[in-house]
Amino acid sequence: MKLRFDKWLATGTPWIWLNAGAVAISIIMVIGLLLLLTVRGMHHFWPKDVMQAYYSPPVNSAERLTTQVIGEFVESESVISQQIASSGIPVDEAQEFYERQLMKLGNRDLTGADFSWVLTDFIAEIEYPEHLVVLERREWGNFYGFLQAVRENDDTVISVDYRDQSDTEAQNQAWQEFTARLERAQVLHAEIYRIENQEIGEINYGVERLRLQLRRLQLDGRDTDAATAEINAQQAALEAEYAALQENLLNLYDQINRDTAIFMAANEREGEIEFADIVRAYRPNGMNLWAKAAGYLAKLGEFLTDEPREANTEGGIFPAIFGTVMMVLLMSVFVTPFGVVAAVYLREYARQGFLTRVIRIAVNNLAGVPSVVYGVFGLGFFIYIIGGEIDQLFYPEALPAPTFGTPGLLWASITLALLTVPVVIVATEEGLARIPRSVREGSLALGATQFETLWRVVLPMASPAMMTGLILAVARAAGEVAPLMLVGVVKLAPALPLDGNYPYLHLEQKFMHLGFHIYDVGFQSPNIEAARPLVFATALLLVIIIALLNFSAVALRNHLREKYKSLDV
Amino acid sequence: MRKIDVSAVLSSKSVMADAGPSCIDVTHLNLFYSKTKRALNDITLSIPKQRVTAFIGPSGCGKSSLLRCFNRMNDLVDDCVIEGKITLDGLGIYEKTVDVADLRRRVGMVFQKPNPFPKTIYENVAYGLRIQGINSKRVLDEAVERSLRAAALWEEVKDRLHESALGLSGGQQQRLVIARTIAVEPEVLLLDEPASALDPISTLKIEELINELKENYTIVIVTHNMQQAARVSDFTAFMYMGNMVEFDTTDTIFTNPADKQTEDYITGRYG
Repeated sequence: MKLRFDKWLATGTPWIWLNAGAVAISIIMVIGLLLLLTVRGMHHFWPKDVMQAYYSPPVNSAERLTTQVIGEFVESESVISQQIASSGIPVDEAQEFYERQLMKLGNRDLTGADFSWVLTDFIAEIEYPEHLVVLERREWGNFYGFLQAVRENDDTVISVDYRDQSDTEAQNQAWQEFTARLERAQVLHAEIYRIENQEIGEINYGVERLRLQLRRLQLDGRDTDAATAEINAQQAALEAEYAALQENLLNLYDQINRDTAIFMAANEREGEIEFADIVRAYRPNGMNLWAKAAGYLAKLGEFLTDEPREANTEGGIFPAIFGTVMMVLLMSVFVTPFGVVAAVYLREYARQGFLTRVIRIAVNNLAGVPSVVYGVFGLGFFIYIIGGEIDQLFYPEALPAPTFGTPGLLWASITLALLTVPVVIVATEEGLARIPRSVREGSLALGATQFETLWRVVLPMASPAMMTGLILAVARAAGEVAPLMLVGVVKLAPALPLDGNYPYLHLEQKFMHLGFHIYDVGFQSPNIEAARPLVFATALLLVIIIALLNFSAVALRNHLREKYKSLDV
Repeated sequence: MRKIDVSAVLSSKSVMADAGPSCIDVTHLNLFYSKTKRALNDITLSIPKQRVTAFIGPSGCGKSSLLRCFNRMNDLVDDCVIEGKITLDGLGIYEKTVDVADLRRRVGMVFQKPNPFPKTIYENVAYGLRIQGINSKRVLDEAVERSLRAAALWEEVKDRLHESALGLSGGQQQRLVIARTIAVEPEVLLLDEPASALDPISTLKIEELINELKENYTIVIVTHNMQQAARVSDFTAFMYMGNMVEFDTTDTIFTNPADKQTEDYITGRYG
């Protein structure tokens, strides 16, 4: 037996099993991670059925209080009865466990809290009324209730008795009136949004530029009467434009505020809701699978392309996606040339010896410095020293408000470039070392100088290695959060760093980042329950974006490899 | 050690009557790869113009080192020290004023293993010209065709000039390297065991090519293969342990060597 075991060991079979097992575990973990993120993040956008029920938990006093609950089921768990008893609900402690479920009740403006735990055992009369409406609002979260009336300028246009659910025709008629008016309000809202954010934004930008121009002239002592008058005239023109827009806006606001709707929420509480406040309205209990799928895609689309609302717990994360990609691209632009040039010097020009060895060790160690240290360095050196100096020299007119002397996109990209430059240097050096001597000699023997050889033969052949370095750099940089919190990322910055205002790319702007967004939504949010699914969805998105960035870099590298396939010498 | 003066040989042998003047003159050349490692020992010889000169000798005898002195390829080796004098048409190539890149353009070199660049066939041949700043398509087209014809490769590759040179066979690659070298119109061609990595048919083609090229170029070839030296060269130098043992016409070396060592090597008694 012993002998056979020894023999089995000697065959190497256990070793193969060990290796294969390690690989399998890695794969399972990656797939598990993605699955968890997908399941927990993606189901959030599915329009869930809304339950109406009566809840009467036991109470100490004689009289039991029955409340109506209307809301979405979120999750359920088993709790020890003692724990429930100690929280003030006198349940029967003979029963060891009670199941409780988390309900999203919405209506934060009416009840104060929009999530609540209820004990499953004390829920009765569960129904899914077909005409129960879910409203997604711009403020105060979701609203659940029954449509009662639609009003125009305080006159009731149509009304319906919410208790009479069986009168489908009347209910649908009221619903149609409601959705038609909602559509009109949404068109108006889009127009208002465009004017406020684009047109008035542009005017504000212009006014600010004129103010800075004037200040600049004053600082330089060139503020002649003619120049001042010219700027004042331009300012007056912008202000006139602004006044016109303002009037237009007031008009639009009048129109959008024309309609309101009356809804009956749980426990007979009436809510009057302005159409301007509604993002989306639907009746999930009456929707079939296709309608729900369409609703899912619409919400997913909103998540990907819209700005965040409600302290980042609702709406989309487009500014964060954009900021992340922009920052990584800028970082690549900074890190690649810098790392390549440094590697070329180290490998091709510097005399190999003690000093180059020390430099290599130092570079490798730089890669191991904790990233937050780079953040501190970026803040202390790039922002306060270099940025401050730039402000003194080029933007004195804006002082004391800093332009580049404050965290921003440029400094975040440069800090991350610094963080990742060792990776690029090491990868490029290895690539340069692998290029056969015979090819270099071939070029030199044709009368090329060392520089020409490097530029025309060696660097193109080393380009796949450079791409490898860049891939590693991107993979590291896209996931960094800690240094970014110091050098440019903020909780909310809906204005993108790339827009239609000259100079189009605003490197000094602060930006949003998916990694920081996860932290912010998950840990800094006032409404944890509402935010939790978004944490998973955002994490999944971050993983996907990093994967996409990596795959495109890998594809580019493979293309280069094919093109500069080395000789087998 | 015997020193050969080409002019002396010329006057004594009828076969050398049309040998013409010398192209590269080496006088008292010593080469050290480090303080203690001496690779070449007081070499003096003259390479005749527009003739094929072969260097033969056992491995490590210094023939490649000597060849690489002619285009200063040894400059790339750290700690390599060279004493003595080499002139190319009267120009001292180790003078401080010499432009090494220009020298290497005049003295082309083909290496043991084919080393085409990972570019197209066309760009490989045009490389040396582009380095010189020639970018006119007409000039380049013409030079590429002329060089490929001269290297006996044109017919095989004319339809795929813009495909990667790495797709060629070993023998084709070596002829491409020769084409690339003659595209810049050098005066001297240094061939460092050009056929050692090739099959017999490719070797034959390279040898035929050398015969054709010698009309226009001074060719120096290092070879391990004595039959090859006998077939392609007009002059042969036998080197041993960093010394120039004997240098004479190929006929003389192979039929009537003056030195016992040469005879032993040629008859296969060592090496």
